[in-house]
Amino acid sequence: MFKAMRASDLLKPRPEGLYCQPGDFFIDPVRPVGRALITHGHSDHARSGHRSVLATQETLDIMGLRYGEDFAGTTQAAALGQTIDINGVAVTFHPAGHVLGSAQICVEHGDMRIVASGDYKRQNDATCLPFEPIRCDVFITEATFGLPVFRHPPDHEEIARVLKSAAQFPERSHLIGAYALGKAQRVMRLLRDAGYDSPIYIHGALAKLSEYYQRQGIDLGTLEPATVESGSKADFAGAIVVGPPSAFADRWARRFPDPISCFASGWMRIRQRAKQGGVELPLIISDHADWDELIITITETGAEEIWVTHGREEALVRWCELEGIAARPLHLVGYEDEGD
Amino acid sequence: MNRFAELLDRLVLTPSRNGKLTLLTDYFRSVEDPDRGLALAAITGDLNIAAVKPAMLRALVVERMDPVLFGYSYDYVGDLAETVSLVWPQPQGHIPNHVPTLAEVVARLQAASRSDGPSVLARLLDDASISARFAIIKLVTGGLRIGVSARLAKQALADLGQVDVAEIEELWHGLAPPYAELFAWLEGRAEKPRSAALALFRPVMLSNAVDDNDLEKLDPADYAAEWKWDGIRVQAVCEGGVRRLYSRTGDDVSGAFPDLAAAMNFEAALDGELLVGDPREATGTFSDLQQRLNRKSVSPRIQQQYPAFMRCYDALQIDGEDLRALPFAERRKRLEAFVGTLDPSRFDLSPLVAFSDWETLERLRQAPPHPIIEGVMLKRWDSPYLAGRPKGPWFKWKRDPHTIDAVLMYAQRGHGKRSSFYSDYTFGVWSGPEGSEELVPVGKAYFGFTDEELREIDKYVRDNTIERFGPVRSVRADRRNGLVLEVAFEGLNRSTRHKSGVAMRFPRISRLRWDKPAAEADRIETLQALLDS
Repeated sequence: MFKAMRASDLLKPRPEGLYCQPGDFFIDPVRPVGRALITHGHSDHARSGHRSVLATQETLDIMGLRYGEDFAGTTQAAALGQTIDINGVAVTFHPAGHVLGSAQICVEHGDMRIVASGDYKRQNDATCLPFEPIRCDVFITEATFGLPVFRHPPDHEEIARVLKSAAQFPERSHLIGAYALGKAQRVMRLLRDAGYDSPIYIHGALAKLSEYYQRQGIDLGTLEPATVESGSKADFAGAIVVGPPSAFADRWARRFPDPISCFASGWMRIRQRAKQGGVELPLIISDHADWDELIITITETGAEEIWVTHGREEALVRWCELEGIAARPLHLVGYEDEGD
Repeated sequence: MNRFAELLDRLVLTPSRNGKLTLLTDYFRSVEDPDRGLALAAITGDLNIAAVKPAMLRALVVERMDPVLFGYSYDYVGDLAETVSLVWPQPQGHIPNHVPTLAEVVARLQAASRSDGPSVLARLLDDASISARFAIIKLVTGGLRIGVSARLAKQALADLGQVDVAEIEELWHGLAPPYAELFAWLEGRAEKPRSAALALFRPVMLSNAVDDNDLEKLDPADYAAEWKWDGIRVQAVCEGGVRRLYSRTGDDVSGAFPDLAAAMNFEAALDGELLVGDPREATGTFSDLQQRLNRKSVSPRIQQQYPAFMRCYDALQIDGEDLRALPFAERRKRLEAFVGTLDPSRFDLSPLVAFSDWETLERLRQAPPHPIIEGVMLKRWDSPYLAGRPKGPWFKWKRDPHTIDAVLMYAQRGHGKRSSFYSDYTFGVWSGPEGSEELVPVGKAYFGFTDEELREIDKYVRDNTIERFGPVRSVRADRRNGLVLEVAFEGLNRSTRHKSGVAMRFPRISRLRWDKPAAEADRIETLQALLDS
């Protein structure tokens, strides 16, 4: 179909991030800019130091918790589904299902509509709103798990494996590595949904964000700090402890009796990855779309063109080619997979 | 099937022995017959399923998906079984209404003919979950490689039934999958299975290597010493007219040594070393022994040229009396008397080596009287014959290894944990007249170095590649350029298969000689001299 405007005139990659020239704003810029639109609170997408930030209220709150209240010159909260005009460009935030507050950003100008989805997933998650597919001309998708080998199992099956293991090894503690924002709270919520009602011990790095989730009405049950003061080695026998993965290699982890190291991540699908990380009980729980979710989502948006960012672009581009959908990798720099 | 798959998943990633035992006993306790017995057989290597070649597996999957996407996937994962288990596309709209049991999977695989094997496998994969697909592929490609030995599985059975693992090992060779009567006994529901079969294998006693400080804590008067013969550990068992010659793992090797088996006309179970030659005259070298190995059948000519005999060093049973609980000194007396009654061309005694202190023994060890001796064995005079490798009663004190300086010639990418590293090294030594020397490959080693050294060699290989053939890189190696590796090895055989004419036994990298110029590496004559000594 002929379009008056080319997609690349509306959004294009710049070293700072994805730039909208007509609207003069960036989406998830990795360096300080004048006006930033931010999809979600993970630190590779949400950085401090912009003059003005537009994001959902939850994302603004999370940035405030992580960087301090003065993380930007001015802030504006975007309500989901409500269109905001920025220099004649219509901008609408829609839920992305990635973590609390995460959103896709729909950018529309003339007859051209582009959806920048940020990070997203399609599995249910009780800690955030579900992803909504938005019809568009160009869909910008992540590709963190953009290979046919990545197939995430249902998350409740993974949690059941931890609980089974905890019953098998009652004298040991189970240490679940999970990123501080989103994954950790989802894991705790899944444990509660599976009927686990003992206190969950958490590493200090999770405290502020978990309290924030609880204040937002997401019930995580009783959380207790995993400090030596709160118990001796024997008191942690049979305990489930959640902390950032980096802490498990740390002296911090020595306080637990013969711990079984678990890691909640989409990467745990690959045995060798688990093995190299010394993970005994891999939990394939991801906040990113797996291969099947990626291709279903691409189909549902009806987009004629797909731009693929951060991850394994080549396989997803190949799949689009086989399906007759135009696709190209968008070489954006600076995004890691913090969220998984 | 899913519980077996889950067990494999857990075992692969559980490093501790106790953790593995807990997982195994829980599995055996909670899974019913015959699935648990088949799982046990899969782990111990006693399950017979016709193997599917990796190429066939790959062909099956690329019939079903884009080969380019498969290629990206395989490159990323690095393991074929795992990649196929993950990418296998379930047919459109196919929702299996029944998860097959392990017994059903095994039955279908065992019933498959060579021609319909691949399609049977494909249908099983269609119906399975990702973990179950991985388990099925492991079953058909042979060798689970999950870090669980047969011995550990038997220990888990012993834990399950609160019995001694030796009891299980002794029963083992009279049992067959799915071992229902074994589980019934372990769960207290039935009597111990009777070893109905005659001439069963008895689990062997193994020794520990002497460590640096072991000897100073031991009193020489407590120990007997013998030469350590570098032959094949065998157990000759004759009972009620049944004769069996077992390898140390309990495989029946009678068929490969009919000459020795024919001379087994006694009622006893003897432990010893199989060697070739005539014990009254001369014992053959390891190269001579090689002529008798890995053969399903042996010609009369070979039997005559390289006759097999057994050098006995222990008696487990004589004339129906189990001697294993007796001290070594007593068993040895019985053995000496008994061997004297046997055919002297086929059986002799492993002589004791007299010594009064460790220094004397060390001198003897350094200069053994025969090339097929690889050190000395120490056995406590008062030790009973115990299955397994108890620490203390038996030690092996091996001769120091040989070493040679060789030049790295080819490097191959490793597998699994090392799949991104060039970790298998072919090395060579110089040959040919002065001025036109050439490297000739003499061996291959893939361990002996630290992780840090592995990274250094990997970088060296990448920086000095001159040619690539698939996973193999040819590395710059001439008189002026090349990495010298000090290679340690246990012995040398003549080889017609290798251009150099020699084959090393148990080679490993002992040191990296970054300092040594390639031209100063050893020559082939050094190895040839070892061969002739």
